[in-house]
Amino acid sequence: METTANAEQLVAKAQAQNLSFYYSDYQALKSINMTVHEKKVTALIGPSGCGKSTLLRCFNRMHDLYPGNRYEGGIRLHPDNTDLLSPDVDPIEVRMRISMVFQKPNPFPKSIYENVAYGLRVRGVNKRVILDEKVEEALRDAALWDEVKERLDDLASNLSGGQQQRLCIARALATEPEMILFDEPTSALDPIATANIEELISELKEKVTILIVTHNMQQAARVSDFTAYMYLGELVEFGATDQIFIKPQKKETEDYITGRFG
Amino acid sequence: MDLRDIQSIRAVIARGKRWDVIFSLLGLLALMTGVLTFVALFADMTIQGAPRLSLDFFTNFPSRRAGEAGILSAWVGTTLVMLTTAMAAVPLGVAAGVYLEEYAPKNWVTDVIEINVTNLAGVPSIVYGLLALGLFVYQFGLGQSILSAGLTLALLILPIVIVATRESIRAIPQVIREGAYALGATPWQTVRDHILPYSSAGILTGVIIGMARAIGETAPIITIGALTFIAFLPPAPYQETLPFFNFDWLMAPFTVMPIQMFNWTSRPEAAFQANAAAAGFVLVLMTLAMNGLAIFLRYRLRRNIKW
Ligand SMILES: Nc1ncnc2c1ncn2[C@@H]1O[C@H](COP(=O)(O)OP(=O)(O)OP(=O)(O)O)[C@@H](O)[C@H]1O
Ligand SMILES: [Mg+2]
Repeated sequence: METTANAEQLVAKAQAQNLSFYYSDYQALKSINMTVHEKKVTALIGPSGCGKSTLLRCFNRMHDLYPGNRYEGGIRLHPDNTDLLSPDVDPIEVRMRISMVFQKPNPFPKSIYENVAYGLRVRGVNKRVILDEKVEEALRDAALWDEVKERLDDLASNLSGGQQQRLCIARALATEPEMILFDEPTSALDPIATANIEELISELKEKVTILIVTHNMQQAARVSDFTAYMYLGELVEFGATDQIFIKPQKKETEDYITGRFG
Repeated sequence: MDLRDIQSIRAVIARGKRWDVIFSLLGLLALMTGVLTFVALFADMTIQGAPRLSLDFFTNFPSRRAGEAGILSAWVGTTLVMLTTAMAAVPLGVAAGVYLEEYAPKNWVTDVIEINVTNLAGVPSIVYGLLALGLFVYQFGLGQSILSAGLTLALLILPIVIVATRESIRAIPQVIREGAYALGATPWQTVRDHILPYSSAGILTGVIIGMARAIGETAPIITIGALTFIAFLPPAPYQETLPFFNFDWLMAPFTVMPIQMFNWTSRPEAAFQANAAAAGFVLVLMTLAMNGLAIFLRYRLRRNIKW
């Protein structure tokens, strides 16, 4: 635990410790050490191919779905100090605690209601009253309720792109995760939908820890409390967003942020 | 040549377009060869068989007198055999396809299995008949029954069902799968709630196309010893007393439409040729109806799915 100048308490939610990752023989992450603070937004930035998505997908063991992938080191999830990458820990358990929102909205070809309810159904919740309540709460938290409350049984694919992405956020929220991973959640959206999602993310951190990959530096500056700059699979610099954007410690970070590179 | 000279540009375009005309004519001709041949055959069969197409034709057993002979035992036999085929081929084929796509580790063993499954679709059907004669009829003691025939045809269309299952599963975008897993779903929950529902249209289409092929199969059915003349029906699948259904029909002797046709075409009398034509007409209609059903189901089931 560390303390900042204004005595705000920072609690570590997840800590990557000497985390390396291999796609078969190709090493995509090189000994990453980084702390994700509880109820803060942490942004991962860096040029294309630097390993942002790869790092993000370690946090919910998404890489376990494909053969040949290998982790080294660990990710400690607090408060219980579980090593998420330990072979003894079931990746499904990890995904139940940490949910994810993808780059392109990927609603299931089911109704709006069933999309949000799916995570609960997976957990064996099938009582209509409970589902109704949780679905409404998640849709409200995702700032979508007012737009869809009249048509919960409509197909999710009839929504606009921005609405679909908020639906995916609601789907991720419905199971009350401890942390949500966002992989460039606005890259497929127009500026207005993007602004809505950014606002939403800023609100969500009251409830949940957020780790977000973004290509867009203004976005990182707007929504995040902490920023990690990655390059070629390494974590170059990590710190408070203000500090990274105003006076970065490393030359490479400064070059990237000022647009001289990347 | 001056690349900017408008005259020569036009000449080049005109020369290129000549080939478009030539090819589209050739293509149309190729298409017409297939379509017209079928239409001519079908029309000829219809004209020849039309006088025989009456309700009696469907409710009469075959007979030595051509004018009284019907296809009752044949269409009942075909229906029951197809039912058995579907009951066996669908669960086996879908389970195998889902296993290969969603569960099997990707290594050389599964590669070999994959290649074999694809090749099985090309094995001549009579080979399956021979296999079934040894295995189902004698080894398992199922006899020359509807069950033996259904299982034989199931074997024949199994590769079609497996391939259709795999292809429609592969059409599901990976992000949908990841979306389910990211919520903590197990592989089985993902298969049950997403993979199967979203691929059901493709699977059903594959099953029906397979069945449409099986319905006309003659060689393997003759090989296992279907009767060519049969004047009684299998026991009914339902009964008055509990449990109301009954599976005795599975073990009954039977005949099927193509065998009935084959039997009639081998008779010298012209009147029997008309019967064969009428039966052929019915068989083609059955096949077309199945294909129509496939198109309808694909449309209905895919309505909600956009990718
Ligand atoms: N499935 C894979 N197999 C092998 N290499 C991969 C795989 N996925 C990604 N890589 C490689 O790993 C490196 C990091 O990729 P990653 O997708 O994490 O980058 P990224 O920072 O998210 O880039 P972008 O901003 O373009 O999304 C890249 O060099 C990429 O080519
Ligand atoms: Mg990425």
